[in-house]
Amino acid sequence: MKITFGTDYGCCFVELGKTRVMAQVSCELVAPKESRPNEGIMFFNIELSPMASPTFEQGRQSELSVKLNRQLERCLRNSKCIDTESLCVVSGEKVWQIRVDVHMLNHDGNLMDAASIAAITALCHFRRPDVGIQGDEVTVYSPEERDPIPLSIYHMPISVSFSFFQQGTYLLVDPCEREERVMDGLLMIAMNKHREICSIQSSGGIMLLKEQVMRCSKIASVKVSEITELISKALENDKKARKAGGRCGFAESMPQERITALKMDETPVEMTEVTDRANDIVQKAEAPSQTVPSPVVPVPGVGQVGQGLQNTWGLEEEDEEEENDNSGEDEEVKETKMEVEQHDKEGSKQEDVVEISDSEEEEVVILHPETPDKAPKHTGPSFHQKGAAASKKKQKK
Amino acid sequence: MGNVVQRRTRGALRRCPFEVCGNMAGLELLSDQGYRLDGRKATELRKVQARMGVFAQADGSAYLEQGNTKALAVVYGPHEMRGSRSRTRHDQAVINCQYSMATFSTAERKRRPHGDRKSTEMSLHLKQTFEAAVMTQLYPRSQIDIYVKILQSDGGNYSVCVNAATLAVIDAGIPMRDYVCACTVGFVDETPLADLCYAEESGGVSSLALALLPRGGQIALLQMDARLHQDHLEALIEAAMTACKGVSKVLDEVVRQHLQEVSVLTGE
Repeated sequence: MKITFGTDYGCCFVELGKTRVMAQVSCELVAPKESRPNEGIMFFNIELSPMASPTFEQGRQSELSVKLNRQLERCLRNSKCIDTESLCVVSGEKVWQIRVDVHMLNHDGNLMDAASIAAITALCHFRRPDVGIQGDEVTVYSPEERDPIPLSIYHMPISVSFSFFQQGTYLLVDPCEREERVMDGLLMIAMNKHREICSIQSSGGIMLLKEQVMRCSKIASVKVSEITELISKALENDKKARKAGGRCGFAESMPQERITALKMDETPVEMTEVTDRANDIVQKAEAPSQTVPSPVVPVPGVGQVGQGLQNTWGLEEEDEEEENDNSGEDEEVKETKMEVEQHDKEGSKQEDVVEISDSEEEEVVILHPETPDKAPKHTGPSFHQKGAAASKKKQKK
Repeated sequence: MGNVVQRRTRGALRRCPFEVCGNMAGLELLSDQGYRLDGRKATELRKVQARMGVFAQADGSAYLEQGNTKALAVVYGPHEMRGSRSRTRHDQAVINCQYSMATFSTAERKRRPHGDRKSTEMSLHLKQTFEAAVMTQLYPRSQIDIYVKILQSDGGNYSVCVNAATLAVIDAGIPMRDYVCACTVGFVDETPLADLCYAEESGGVSSLALALLPRGGQIALLQMDARLHQDHLEALIEAAMTACKGVSKVLDEVVRQHLQEVSVLTGE
């Protein structure tokens, strides 16, 4: 998991595996609600843009968006993690309205956790403008005049999601997108590092047992303390970087990528039994017959291209088939650049030229001085299907 | 039975003092003698009154009062998929829930009864709860509609909705695995309070809403807001489960009584 900050105060990026989420906090002065005249207002908004996943549509208010919005609201607002009374400027007239916008950039599962981490980190990172009150006058100082002050945060609620499979027999923490698609149900527990549970929400049509819930809460407390440490470290680093005057921000935090860099994922290659399988193959395969490195001249007048070793490019079955004599015609003798013809040295009159592997030349012949009547032409290379050529050879047998 | 309260509550009046005071310190949610605002003990539920078969048009309907919270639930189904045919599931019925509050249900007139985020969230939760409980495999490619309306809201909205909807589903004759009973419990002064009323809910008390299938002890939905220390979680869930079992007994009685009435009327 990676947390980075943008250039402005209150902008935070969170990468949870491949899920990427951005949160931005902004504030403005508004009139307060009538029922709460001396408290500030917090407003949360989660945007699921089609950029994150092809399943998200442009029109708002899909079920998932409502669910995430409500969960985030309950997690952060009802737990009273922010001191809203400190946001009051003039009671009954002007209070700060803090607005947290969370945007999903890439959906690879577990949007709720990433959103909650991003939101609370952005709130911790945010600085609001300082306000001065002289009598009836209220002056809002811009960041240049006076340093902006941070919000007063009581605690940091962080949500952890668990997904259930097969009627509760399997439990996974932090599901990725594929796991989310096939899960039976989801349990979200939001806790802070003081082991206080801020919110629990079960969704999906599963039945839980009390023991499962207790177990999940224990796992969640461990995870939350780790995550809280990570957040405080990230905030510390950012503060240091800003103090030192270094450049900070989203552009800086992206790793340097050259144009020639390959962006594809690494393909997992099965490497567990490579040595065993390699040994098997080596033992089962025939020993290469000709390991003589010196070039062998099959027939006078014929040069050889290659190193004199057995050709290993062709399929092994094809090799065995073609070791038989090519009786009769030998117009089609295949010769590739790295090919060696195996001979049957029994002394049959015709040369036993074996085509071992594919050649892209249609009619490749060897000029034999002693059989002038068969003076086939060496045709130019033409592209030919390997299979068709091979079948041509086989038909001759 | 100590669980089911037989007293009339004075819940409606209780809301006003709280709002006038505006702060929690002036109101004791749990007095020293262990009495709550409306005179109940910590584990007592409010009085439950219910009627089934309220409407003739619907396949199933029920009206339930829990203290001063009144809810009406109506079930249509199972019938053919209406609306988006693409949501038809070949092996199960689709459950469609809608939760709404009447504009006169709360102290201040509600300007937007449907479609706001809270209602949509409640509808989703109801749907999730009933998908777990109703035997949807028996009705493939069909749809079951559950509509719940709150007529008066005095705390525990979700729980009352679930209880009312359970009765309505039973009235409609749709088979379920078990009664779905729900209860909201809160935690004050190290004591769990069962079945919160509005004053207690808005007093910043951590509240837990639990929907339970009593016989197997399976939790269909668990939802909690506000801060609660982890160590108290177990006690709170236990209290919620006990309260739900109490509610299930009451619902069971209501169903049997209704069945008796109906069977008498048809002359069996």
